[in-house]
Amino acid sequence: MHGRTEASAEQAANWPDDIFSILQRYDVRQVPYVPDAGHSQLIERVLGSSTMRGIPLTTEEEGVALMLGAWAGGQRGVLLMQSSGVGNCINMLSLTQIFRFPFLTLVTMRGEWGEFNPWQVPMGSNTQGVLELSGIRVLRATHPDEVKDVMEAAASQAYNALTPTALLLSQRLIGTKVFVK
Amino acid sequence: MSKANLLDRRQVVFSLLADRKDAIVVGGLGASTYDIAAAGDHDRNLYLWGAMGGAVTMGLGLALAQPKLPVVVITGDGEMLMGMGSLATVGLQKPGNLSIIVLDNESYGETGGQVSHTGAAADLVGVARACGIADSRTLSTLAEIKAFAPRLQDISAGPRFANVKIDKANLDRVLSNRDGGFVLNRLRGSLGYQPI
Repeated sequence: MHGRTEASAEQAANWPDDIFSILQRYDVRQVPYVPDAGHSQLIERVLGSSTMRGIPLTTEEEGVALMLGAWAGGQRGVLLMQSSGVGNCINMLSLTQIFRFPFLTLVTMRGEWGEFNPWQVPMGSNTQGVLELSGIRVLRATHPDEVKDVMEAAASQAYNALTPTALLLSQRLIGTKVFVK
Repeated sequence: MSKANLLDRRQVVFSLLADRKDAIVVGGLGASTYDIAAAGDHDRNLYLWGAMGGAVTMGLGLALAQPKLPVVVITGDGEMLMGMGSLATVGLQKPGNLSIIVLDNESYGETGGQVSHTGAAADLVGVARACGIADSRTLSTLAEIKAFAPRLQDISAGPRFANVKIDKANLDRVLSNRDGGFVLNRLRGSLGYQPI
């Protein structure tokens, strides 16, 4: 059996709007991203915003360098990506230690919580470890009602204390991708 | 192309930056950063000693944050090849104030002069143009460099891309400051931003 019922993502989710509001409050201007289904609602809000600029990337590491440039020019950024993208960023994450700039990334998780696609599992299983080895503090949100608080903490430590931070948005939160109904 | 007439990299960068005015300059790791340092240290220089492939997107972030200032990325062919996708990212955003200059010696000079892709196959001007950077050109003579330099100040007509074929001479290193925090906060300070 490989059929699954549609997961919680089908319900009206408020947490992407909570994230968007917090990014607005911190005056985040540049939002580089490689699309992921789990980020689709947030990306739509960003692209519809008059103050934020959504910037599609060809690979996630571009976003790390872009955020350094943004901060050098006086603007805050946030990098949106899927767990597989973390692996693409490893060398570029050196910038967070060399420059001590406000680095925040929101990572939608794959390869966990009922994953159907085995190709997502190796990187998904190592996402947190790779980030921590790269000097990034990791926070995680698993339930819709905790996203706001965890995001608030992540944004505060990243933007107020220049503590490079990743917020992992669990696959349980975003809903397991359904390949076969 | 006559290999005998290839340009001297230091002369190229000096000519490009001689009248830089308020421009912000990002230098790709390796010899490009030494060339920029040799042209004169400046509060608005962002020197890279690593992060290979990141120079162009760093310049993009700066250009979007400071749309009224010219932002000039000066990097090498090897660094540009590693970040080639970033030309597509720039082509999509089209910041008018961003210029990308590649010093192309068709080799990895910092690591022993191994040949790069641009010597035999890769055409970076073609790549840039195909990524949506319409103003993409080759600069072959010092006269062309000098004629091009004032265009860096035009913040409405970019993004622009220029590939400059330079000779392979391995010049003495001119070491820039390599303390990232210092360089970053000095640049931010010159734009009116304080450390946190």
